Amino acid sequence: MKIRLDNVVKTFDTFRAVHGVSLDIESGELVALLGPSGSGKTTILRMVAGLEYSNGGHIYFGDQDATDIPVRDRGVGFVFQHYALFPHMTIGENIAFGMTVSKRKRSSQEIAERVANLLRLVKLEGLQDRFPAQISGGQRQRVALARALSVDPKVLLLDEPFGALDANVRRDLRRWLREIHGELGITTLFVTHDQEEALDLADRVVILNEGRIIQQGTPEEVCRQPNSAFVMRFLGDTNSLQTVVKDGKALLPAGEIDAPGCPDGPADVFVRPNDLDWAPDGAGIPADVRQVLDRPGNRRIIAATRNGDVLEFDVAPETAVHAGDHGMVHIRRAKVFARG
Amino acid sequence: MHAVHHKKPPRVGDTPAIRRTLIAIVLILGAFLVLAPLIVIGAQAFSEGIKVFAAAIAHPDTLHAIFLTVVTALIAVPINTIFGVAAAWAITKFDFPGRRLLLVVIEIPFSISPIVAGVAYLFVYGLQGLFGPLLDAYSIKILFALPGIVLASMFVTAPFVARELIPLMQAQGRDLEEAATSLGASGWRTFFSVTLPNIRWAMLYGVILCNARVMGEFGAVSVVSGNIRGQTNTLPLHIELLYHDYQTAGAFAAASILTLIAIVTIIAKVALERRGAGRASRRPNLVSPAPASETAP
Amino acid sequence: MRRNVLPGLRLSLGVTLFYVGLIVVLPLAALVFKAASLGPYDYWAIVTSPRALASYRVTVLSALAATVFNLFFGLALAWVLTRYRFPGWRFVDALVDLPFALPTAVAGIALTALFSANGWFGGLLAPLGIKVAYTPVGIIIAMIFTSLPFIVRTVQPVLEDLDPALEEAAQSLGGGDWTIFRKVILPLLTPALLAGLSLSFARALGEFGAIIFIAGNKPMETEITALLIFIRLEEYDYQAAAAIASVLLITAFAMLAITNLLQARALRYTVRN
Repeated sequence: MKIRLDNVVKTFDTFRAVHGVSLDIESGELVALLGPSGSGKTTILRMVAGLEYSNGGHIYFGDQDATDIPVRDRGVGFVFQHYALFPHMTIGENIAFGMTVSKRKRSSQEIAERVANLLRLVKLEGLQDRFPAQISGGQRQRVALARALSVDPKVLLLDEPFGALDANVRRDLRRWLREIHGELGITTLFVTHDQEEALDLADRVVILNEGRIIQQGTPEEVCRQPNSAFVMRFLGDTNSLQTVVKDGKALLPAGEIDAPGCPDGPADVFVRPNDLDWAPDGAGIPADVRQVLDRPGNRRIIAATRNGDVLEFDVAPETAVHAGDHGMVHIRRAKVFARG
Repeated sequence: MHAVHHKKPPRVGDTPAIRRTLIAIVLILGAFLVLAPLIVIGAQAFSEGIKVFAAAIAHPDTLHAIFLTVVTALIAVPINTIFGVAAAWAITKFDFPGRRLLLVVIEIPFSISPIVAGVAYLFVYGLQGLFGPLLDAYSIKILFALPGIVLASMFVTAPFVARELIPLMQAQGRDLEEAATSLGASGWRTFFSVTLPNIRWAMLYGVILCNARVMGEFGAVSVVSGNIRGQTNTLPLHIELLYHDYQTAGAFAAASILTLIAIVTIIAKVALERRGAGRASRRPNLVSPAPASETAP
Repeated sequence: MRRNVLPGLRLSLGVTLFYVGLIVVLPLAALVFKAASLGPYDYWAIVTSPRALASYRVTVLSALAATVFNLFFGLALAWVLTRYRFPGWRFVDALVDLPFALPTAVAGIALTALFSANGWFGGLLAPLGIKVAYTPVGIIIAMIFTSLPFIVRTVQPVLEDLDPALEEAAQSLGGGDWTIFRKVILPLLTPALLAGLSLSFARALGEFGAIIFIAGNKPMETEITALLIFIRLEEYDYQAAAAIASVLLITAFAMLAITNLLQARALRYTVRN
């Protein structure tokens, strides 16, 4: 089922949470909505579900305008951030719920069979008669997914599905969600503030900030070709150096860096930590070492340039360097974006 | 010489001297002010022997008073409960302008003197009230009859069920209902299958408090019932009647029935509080459900 | 305005508004209307008649005395029930609810039986020259009885949830018990305490059944306002009843506003999310 958002707007009282967002999601795609808190990603997800109504724009499921269809009739499967499992029902009853209330009547044998199948799909066979309070967080999340799938949804929507779980549980569930998606091929949209999760799972990543889409593309595209200072800062670690751009080139003590498409004026040069090298002398930007931090796998240097930019980057553990040393920082790769 | 090992360092105010003094003061005052009234009811009821006790209770007027009290409760409490549930649903599951005002209005009867309530009803359904002439024209009796008693009782106890349900449902949020709706359930189905099971103890709590108050209501019912012996006297009014007739033992005998109901109410209250109703749901720092182990995928 | 997603708003709101309108708002509006129909001069004359003024004095002063007593007694009770464990504490905890569950008329005759001159307690106090029944002291005791649970139950949850770390920090900084209580615990309890006090005071002002048996009901001396209203009704003086009842109503609204304000402040202190 293809989903299309056309200029969707959402305002809460006087706060505009979503500014005219347009987005196409192809049938069977796994798309991540990624952004800091307050970026509007959960609001967009809930509008697709029908748990919020938009103040403007349209939402299309396939060819049908679903904007005013109530959530009950949209045929979405929604997985809540805190699972929302019915605490007074067993796991089996939770999963069966959507089927027992549906307009399409199924025999109790059919329902029991489907529950068993879904439990097998999420690798929780045999837990039908337990209660949500008796199973772990990761298990609850899988039950929530099974329940959402029980109504044969056209679209699967997940709201920060793994946010409340430990790091290693998250990783396992990520892998498992990817498998399930591959198996079932349902159009899936999920919200997260965890970049690793978005980059690991999604076919396409949509980066949002303050209610607007900043960039969207495959994980490779957003990582390798960030389109703005925001994306550069939001995804991964980055260092920035103040500079001025003239005629498409950024001027630095080390020389010039190409700044294609950047207007003349003040700008920032963004460099990832692994694109910086350290040498006691030679070509580069002069800098003084403020601190040397040791980590199990490497050695991290915090250095300051003459005009006050602070750089943080890694060097090989054997590198002889101490606080107070003076040396040169060499830039291998960088991106330039105008300031302001 | 044995050293005294405390398990934990003493908290503020935990020295033996303060402990004993405070407990003693509280117990003595409590005994005088709260326990003694309870005991004296039983003592006075049987002060002239069991025969007089039984005769007082078996008297037709007393029996009728009991009957009237029970009927009033059987009508007023269920209606109030339905209202309480509807109000809690509207207020906690939706946002609409005037929500806060509605909350305040619902709580109003809690602060109003029962006499004022009775007088107010007089001025709606009494002869000098709004509907008085109209009712009289059709010979409909509201005041000085069962309907008036029921209505006044409903006024006085209107907030009881709602104020038990609202904080609880507010804390529970809307997630479960949204999940049920997203799975295709209708409004009624969502309410009965998902909401109701999670609020039943709080609801029961509100119901028993409402019932205790309805059965014990005195001031408001005094005004609207007309005090006609054997016809429009509820049990509390009948007790007053006996007392002013100097039938003290009889009055206390009737009072002992209501006292028994009060004691049952308290026992039920304690049992329900153990299930999370009442005070437990109003705790300002609400405890979220205990997380199971988060380390197993 | 947000469109609501869950079903059932119209039905539930409709039922609620209908019920509230019919059962709560209509009668109160009728009372206000009746009182207003008096005209300002007559209204003022009735409301400030000597007997009415005396009844206000009796009611308010007694309620104040009862509330002050309950402040200390209620606080002590809440403290003892929260921090100490002794055999029978559960019984005492349950007993605090008795005044709430017991019908006011039953409380009234029980207290009278206890404190009248030949009662268990009245008999002990009589030789000392202390009369309780048929005096304002009796009114105060009845008010103490009926308002007690309000203070205890408002303060208890706050005490129970008090972060032990706060006291431990104070102790580690060298504070003595009384100092810590005064400077750390009491300020944190104050909002809830004030809310409980205002609830308790409001209840005492309007109380009827528990008081009229023990009070003696002598006009100008031991007659509470609620009783005066009742007497006017029995005299078929409906206008006077409406006027004086409106005074109680206005006072109740004022107390409601104060209580809500205080409870909102109490919640701000204690919600830790």
